[in-house]
Amino acid sequence: MSIVIGDTPRTAPPPPEPETPRRNYLNETSGFWSWALTVDHKRIGILYLVSITAFFLVGGIAAGLVRANLLTPNGAILTEDQYNKAFTAHGVVMLFLFLIPSIPAVFGNFLVPLMIGAKDLAFPRLNLASWYVFMIGAAFMVWGLLSGGIDTGWTLYPPYSSRYSHASVAPGVFGVFITGFSSIMTGLNIMVTVHKMRAPGMTWGRLPLFIWAMYATSFIQLLGTPVVAITLLLLLVERLAGVGIFDPSIGGDPVLYQHLFWFYSHPAVYIMIVPGMGVVSEVLTCFSRKNIFGYKAVAWSSVGIAVVGFLVWAHHMFVAGISYYSALLFSFLTMLVAVPSAIKVFNWVATLYRGSITFQAPMMFTLAFLVLFTVGGVTGMFLATMGTDIHLHDTYFVVAHFHFVMVGGMVLAYLAGIHFWWPKMTGRMYSDFWSKTSATVIFVGFFFTFVPQFVLGYHGMPRRYPNYPEEFQVYNVLSTAGASILGVGYLMPAVYLTLSLFFGPKASANPWSATGLEWQVPSPPTVFNFEYLPITVCGPYEYAIGVDQMGRGLPEPPGAGDDNPATRVGATLLPGPQPKETEVVG
Amino acid sequence: MSASTHGHGTVLKHHFDNLEQQHSAERLGMWFFLVTEVLFFTGMFVAYTVYRNWYPGEFAFASSHLLWWVAAINTGLLITSSLTMTLAIRSAQLGDKAGLIRRLLLTFALGAGFMGFKAFEYATDYHEKFVPGEMFRTEYARPLAELTADDAKRKFEGRPALTRTEVESYQFKGEYEHWSQDLAKRNYGREPATEGTVSPERVQLFLCFYYIMTGIHGVHIIVGLGCILWLVFEAYRGAIPREAYSKVEVISLYWHLVDMIWLFLMPLLYLIRSGGGQ
Repeated sequence: MSIVIGDTPRTAPPPPEPETPRRNYLNETSGFWSWALTVDHKRIGILYLVSITAFFLVGGIAAGLVRANLLTPNGAILTEDQYNKAFTAHGVVMLFLFLIPSIPAVFGNFLVPLMIGAKDLAFPRLNLASWYVFMIGAAFMVWGLLSGGIDTGWTLYPPYSSRYSHASVAPGVFGVFITGFSSIMTGLNIMVTVHKMRAPGMTWGRLPLFIWAMYATSFIQLLGTPVVAITLLLLLVERLAGVGIFDPSIGGDPVLYQHLFWFYSHPAVYIMIVPGMGVVSEVLTCFSRKNIFGYKAVAWSSVGIAVVGFLVWAHHMFVAGISYYSALLFSFLTMLVAVPSAIKVFNWVATLYRGSITFQAPMMFTLAFLVLFTVGGVTGMFLATMGTDIHLHDTYFVVAHFHFVMVGGMVLAYLAGIHFWWPKMTGRMYSDFWSKTSATVIFVGFFFTFVPQFVLGYHGMPRRYPNYPEEFQVYNVLSTAGASILGVGYLMPAVYLTLSLFFGPKASANPWSATGLEWQVPSPPTVFNFEYLPITVCGPYEYAIGVDQMGRGLPEPPGAGDDNPATRVGATLLPGPQPKETEVVG
Repeated sequence: MSASTHGHGTVLKHHFDNLEQQHSAERLGMWFFLVTEVLFFTGMFVAYTVYRNWYPGEFAFASSHLLWWVAAINTGLLITSSLTMTLAIRSAQLGDKAGLIRRLLLTFALGAGFMGFKAFEYATDYHEKFVPGEMFRTEYARPLAELTADDAKRKFEGRPALTRTEVESYQFKGEYEHWSQDLAKRNYGREPATEGTVSPERVQLFLCFYYIMTGIHGVHIIVGLGCILWLVFEAYRGAIPREAYSKVEVISLYWHLVDMIWLFLMPLLYLIRSGGGQ
């Protein structure tokens, strides 16, 4: 299909702004129990949003302690033992209580039914149960952290974790085990919903790319999480009973634990990044007013990452004594993951090309994602290469690499998603100025924090060490300074988003002039999402011809005036009506 | 709350368009759940495979001292329970409430029988101190691995101890015999940790698998029994009309999977004695 748009717009007019209903999902019922017993996917999304924000704060404080301690070569504020507990707390909380539930549980819950035109997820009560299970698991982890801390690192390797650690490992492991089930429940719910609950016309080829990304993520959650669950259970048995299958004194093999652990935990990093990629596809198309370049490639690359991601786990174990041949194979397979990731990045960049780009806050976070994720991905190639990995293994190079992907990638995508869908979730607009400032501050702070760590790691500073030679101090101070900028950047959204709830102007149904079905319902949506059965007639990103997925016209996008040739700086105007630049979609 | 217009207001949930969609979502959800269950057990099967390849002698030895006949009876019970469960679906489809309750209760009884035999087996093993960990180490096994026949006699006063000749010409005759005696006999006259010895440590490794795998399987059976009781209750109060038969169907899917896992556990844990390299 190829439609050439001339200077006369031939698209339908935008639908009239729906009257904001007096009752929406937020004020339909009130009181503690209306939230504690809700089965509404949108409210459960909000419950997750609030809980993981709290955990992000906890993990962030732990990170602050780690960075502050590294200000001086011999540890500025913590003892060595406390330092071990601080970085473990940071890892465990951020990974299991923030990153893994972040986009899948918050936006997956909130958006999947809205985007595919369903009234709810397939199993609403299971969905609520998943939040409770998550909170119970989190309670065990917090118990572990408070009753003596966990000092094993988030990877919990035996025999240290099973036999020698005197810290409170058991509640922590049990907590991780339990939160895993919450992750499985969410993934299962989303997979069934995508399979069975799509509205008429919402074919697989018309699904928003966020849904494809969520589908791929759920696939990993479903296949990977049970394996880590049983692994942690075996570890727990070994710690509590004093005998178990990883115990070297009876012929057990601790490296087997590493295999089983990474069989989940490597795919888990794709649980953390693939949903972010879905958000990026949504935001990028909206704020460049273009169809996604290569829909099928972007959609299938999500699935590709999910599948190939299962075959690369042993690259975490190149120095753990696995055979050269298997290391070679895993090195090759690891490099293979770069292919679908690169396909995505190239397609996003091609989407930007000649788009009418406006720099709203979600777009700024997304562009930051593009830069940081690319750096993170490319440095991943250094580590996938067996030879260089021997040198870089367990150094700050690795720390910087995965923070570029996890923080620069996922956290920024998460923030992009928050800023993009905030009007839909809350019905309020936030401060334009402060949100853009926050995006800038986070981007700058991030670079200052983690670029010095690449240098540190390359020069051989190992991770998880509380002290270091003096010549490394300048990089560590730089990194800590950057972390404090980053911290300020993170606090800003917390403030202006909260303020927007009370003082923000009311959002229209479709403030960004986006095409997805979720923008065709009022902001905030009513309890059952759609008053009518939404019928999808076209793909998800028909920005070029200016229609939403139901074939109706789009309202004027924000910042549209910026694109008017008459307002461009230094524009030489032709007389008469201005021709629009020709765009080709297909 | 948008009331259903399909006439099955109590069965059709508000967020589904029709019963067909609801049933297929429920079935698909259960199938996906079964996938996670398979992977959950796969972690253990993988670990089992690794260690059995490394320590075939110990695994065969330990396996030969489990109560295979209990496992055989249990296999029969579970397979039969799968049949009665499937018949229960048939009753539900026909709207035969009495038959449904009867067949569900029969399934429950068979499953409970399984757990009863399992409890007996655990009790026997425990009594025999065929348990990994501290108990295993202190009482019999470690000293016995290096025992001479005289030591064995001293240690097992009151049990049939063997003379040196008997030890040397030892053959498993199938009569009752304590496993640690058997261990001592197999290791008799061999240097510890050499070719052909049965290492008591690695026997414990097998026992870890035995207890963890059957234990987790048992937990699954108990969960299944709980679900069946819930179905009985639902059927009793009339909440499973003909068009809601998929409730029974999804529980039966779970029940069959738990049975199937047992069909893998049974040979891997009980029937490997003639296999790996004795």
